[in-house]
Amino acid sequence: MIKSEYFFWLIGAVFLVMAAQMAGDRTNPRRFGSASFWGLIGACFFYSTGVVDKSLPAEPLGAAVLVLIVLGGFGFTGKGTPHTPPREERAASAARFGNKLFLPALTIPVVAMLCATLLKKVHIGGEPVLEPGSETILGLGVGAIAAMVVGMTVLRERRVSVPLHAGRNMLESMGWALVLPQLLAVLGSIFQTAGVGDQVGRITEAILPDGQRFIAVLVYCCGMVLFTIVMGNAFAAFPVMTAAVGWPVLIQQMHGSIPAVLAIGMLCGFCGTLVTPMAANFNLVPAALLELDDQYGPIKAQLPTAAALLVCNIAVLALFAF
Amino acid sequence: MIVLLGVLVVILGFATRRNPLLVVGAAGIVTGLLGKMSPQEVLAAFGNSFASSRSVTVFVITLPVIGLLERYGLQEQARNLIGRLGALTTGRFLALYLLIRQLTASVGLTSIGGPAQSVRPLIAPMAEAAAESRAGGPLPKRVREKIRSHASGADTIGMFFGEDCFIAIGSILLITGFVNSTYHQHLEPLSLALWAIPSAICAFLIHGARLLHLDRVLERELAVVAAENELAAHTARRPEDLK
Repeated sequence: MIKSEYFFWLIGAVFLVMAAQMAGDRTNPRRFGSASFWGLIGACFFYSTGVVDKSLPAEPLGAAVLVLIVLGGFGFTGKGTPHTPPREERAASAARFGNKLFLPALTIPVVAMLCATLLKKVHIGGEPVLEPGSETILGLGVGAIAAMVVGMTVLRERRVSVPLHAGRNMLESMGWALVLPQLLAVLGSIFQTAGVGDQVGRITEAILPDGQRFIAVLVYCCGMVLFTIVMGNAFAAFPVMTAAVGWPVLIQQMHGSIPAVLAIGMLCGFCGTLVTPMAANFNLVPAALLELDDQYGPIKAQLPTAAALLVCNIAVLALFAF
Repeated sequence: MIVLLGVLVVILGFATRRNPLLVVGAAGIVTGLLGKMSPQEVLAAFGNSFASSRSVTVFVITLPVIGLLERYGLQEQARNLIGRLGALTTGRFLALYLLIRQLTASVGLTSIGGPAQSVRPLIAPMAEAAAESRAGGPLPKRVREKIRSHASGADTIGMFFGEDCFIAIGSILLITGFVNSTYHQHLEPLSLALWAIPSAICAFLIHGARLLHLDRVLERELAVVAAENELAAHTARRPEDLK
């Protein structure tokens, strides 16, 4: 059986190799900071396996995460000069290879799709080939490796260092934003353990007038948006707001439909995700990847849609869920 | 009551534009300690959640191959291809991508798109090329930025409001997991997925309409730029007239 942990080790190894490349890149003014940051992430990917299966203590990993925060947060990372060929050269290459260039790029989704649908059902010796529950993630990994093989063959590129350098340049341009989503997951779980949801619930119950259904819906939906904006992640906001308002008020007190309240609550959170820089993986990382000057460009493009959708969600919940 | 100070830390950090890594780290430590967790428990919480949330970072694996293809002219070829399809404007192309992204996400195929896998190498250059073939030349920076931002927006919105119609996606499993364990329910993922359909339809109608409208916005901006250029060329050619 191919386990998701093998795939995480592969990514850890990629981080470590790229960190070694960074350490030797003299065009990067902060090359040792960058190398330590990405190298440490790589090591954490390996160590995490032990934390997940409980064979290693979680505290050292937590300490390493704090070091990552310091390295990324205080600007110890930088980027080198990417060595991409000039535009004319790339245009010439595009003319030479033509649509064959799309083949490797399309290999990723096609293989990912096949893994998630067909390979998921394949068993060898009574064991599934892919670890159950991780098929889509593993599909992405298998797809990326297959695409690499296809790409190197089609382009007749023999040096493995070429794609690694190119990928490292993209990693450097994303910088610390890459690990923010993982840190937000940390924050969400701490908020939950510390009882932030119960506190917000006590406050809302004190403020909310009895039996005002529409106002309660408004508080739940807008609360999901606000908490998501603050925490950058609807998954983190969901337990807080549901424990605070969704369950006690909308479901128990006002007898709302359970799936409607919860599903729409989560979707309201997604409206918040669209407009917050804290949701780095959806908003800041694309801006960095697309080399935008305005890192809030994607948020500005999404804001009107998010606002309109919030109104739709509130309307659906208020009109059809009770 | 005092644990809410953690939320305050995030808001203050956000308002004063501190580095988000530091804000999140500080808020986590403050909330944990105020919530009567020991320093060791806080460290363990950091470690445990980092380990169990590694899957959000796995797209890194696609960067080398995308980087390789870009060196060999992937973006240029994407432009060539779309430049030949005259009827496909930027807005129509992005609306089509929004639809495809929503449909594939709604059957669980969320990792086939994304900023690294599809937007940077294919969708953004194609959307730009569609505008370039209309403008008949390279785009001004401001217009280019707007198109790229919208390419990213179409991808994100398509995925968000498609994936919840699928029963085995993270957010649906999170809802059922949380409710079933906290409130002892037997909630079926399918019932949640059904309630996500109205929002998915609204999302397509609203954002699709905005993307189609984008064509008119771009046309206006390009006309302004063209006029500016003409004026500049005019003044450069005949400076004596303006004395």
